[in-house]
Amino acid sequence: MLRVEGLETAYGLSQVLFGVSFSIEAGQVVTLLGRNGMGKTTTVLSIMGVVPARRGTIEFDGKPIRGLPSYRVAQAGIGLVPEGRQIFPNLTVRENLVATAANRGGSSDPWTLERVFDLFPGLRERHRSFGNQLSGGEQQMLAIGRALMTNPRLLILDEATEGLAPLIQADIYRSIVRLKTEGLSILMIDKNLKALSVIADGHYVLEKGRVVWSGDSAALSGNDEVKHKYLGV
Amino acid sequence: MPPLTLVFEQLLNGVQFGVMLFLMAAGLTLVFGIMNFVNLAHGSFYMIGAYLTLAAVQWSGNYIAGVVLGLAGTLLVGMLVEVVALRTLYARDHLDHVLATFGLILFFNELVAIIWGRTLLDFPRPEWLRGHVEIFAGSRYPFYRAVVILVGLAVGAGLWYVVTRTRLGMLIRAGASNRTMIAALGVNVRLLYTVVFGFGCALAGLAGLMAGPIYAVLPGMGEMILIQVFVVIVIGGLGSIRGAFVGALLVGIVDTLGRAFLRPLLATMISPTAADSAGPALASMLIYLLMALVLAVRPEGLFPSRGR
Repeated sequence: MLRVEGLETAYGLSQVLFGVSFSIEAGQVVTLLGRNGMGKTTTVLSIMGVVPARRGTIEFDGKPIRGLPSYRVAQAGIGLVPEGRQIFPNLTVRENLVATAANRGGSSDPWTLERVFDLFPGLRERHRSFGNQLSGGEQQMLAIGRALMTNPRLLILDEATEGLAPLIQADIYRSIVRLKTEGLSILMIDKNLKALSVIADGHYVLEKGRVVWSGDSAALSGNDEVKHKYLGV
Repeated sequence: MPPLTLVFEQLLNGVQFGVMLFLMAAGLTLVFGIMNFVNLAHGSFYMIGAYLTLAAVQWSGNYIAGVVLGLAGTLLVGMLVEVVALRTLYARDHLDHVLATFGLILFFNELVAIIWGRTLLDFPRPEWLRGHVEIFAGSRYPFYRAVVILVGLAVGAGLWYVVTRTRLGMLIRAGASNRTMIAALGVNVRLLYTVVFGFGCALAGLAGLMAGPIYAVLPGMGEMILIQVFVVIVIGGLGSIRGAFVGALLVGIVDTLGRAFLRPLLATMISPTAADSAGPALASMLIYLLMALVLAVRPEGLFPSRGR
């Protein structure tokens, strides 16, 4: 579904990614792991075309998408839940969901407001509230709902549980599991190894802009060296 | 005391001037709010609207057809200017915006002078828009100006609807707060900008074509009104349509009433000669005093836009 090969990205003169490679198959949940500043978010922004990648291949459904403007990448079927949520503060919850909603892939069972409110019941009561009046957890759910309303085939979650209370985190993880069972492919960046090893199929560990380890959840759980050296656990 | 009907008539004139300021301010404040772009050349589209409509009316012989063609033409010129000249400037700072759009002012004024000459053109109002309406017994008001007020209010209501109730409006507001994010959700921001800019220009053109029969049609006509338009959007709050509406009516009414009544009012308090010299001077300063007052109390204007 998504294949990234030899991705190199730089901000001006300072290069951040030095050849990142990984892939996601349809229906899989895959994680990007690593400490802060290792290039996880830059990888996501490069895929989305927000930050231009200098070299490498990005293919989605077999078609090259590197170099496309970000709206074309999104239209191709990738939904972004960005770091920091980036809710539109001056739009209501309902407007946040509706403004960019689309079904370009022609999904037979497209996301609707009802389905999003069903997934996140807390948003239903707050649908008239403005984005900046929501709690962190509600904003996070709204950011996920907003991406789902574009009916993506791949969902990218960048730190979707960061800074949230454990109970809210559990809610979010539960919703991600539900999305997975519905067949959505997901790329996750997160810090909670315990939750990720339950949810995800595969993991890629980034260190200084390179993938230094990859494997499935069982391999990660049993590998204390990787966890200690690259993830600081 | 001036007679009440005169006060009422001047008040209506103030509203009429206000709605025209609003049509100008709406586009300018939207473009600033969503694209963070300072467009000094907005007055040029006011002028282009007047000239294109005048030409189209003369060509077609029909006022309504002329207005439609004039508006469509201004929309197209606006979008063309955005695509050709302005698009590359968004990433730069405000000084570059000001310099480049100042260049556009010179360009368009010269272009209009080459095509239509430098002299003042007569823009006759059509037969059916002449005459007066009786608003209440004994108070007659020019029909044309009344229509201008109604058109301005209707466009204001339409804009309010578009911005608050439609998908386009949501995208405009969302884009004003976070353009990277709406792009990452699949919205073609460049196209959105071109459309918004074009419609802002068409609104300025509408103001210009309605101003034609009231004020003067000549090269540079847009710059005469542009200063007041900037006062309006500063008072209203940069980027806010609601602020532009309230600010425009305030400025229109204060300016018109000041010019009409400040001198006679002063004459009742100080000597007539002193009033003769101070009155007009003070009257033309009134809107700036109003702006200073508003900024002293609310530094971000009356309705600071929430997206920023």
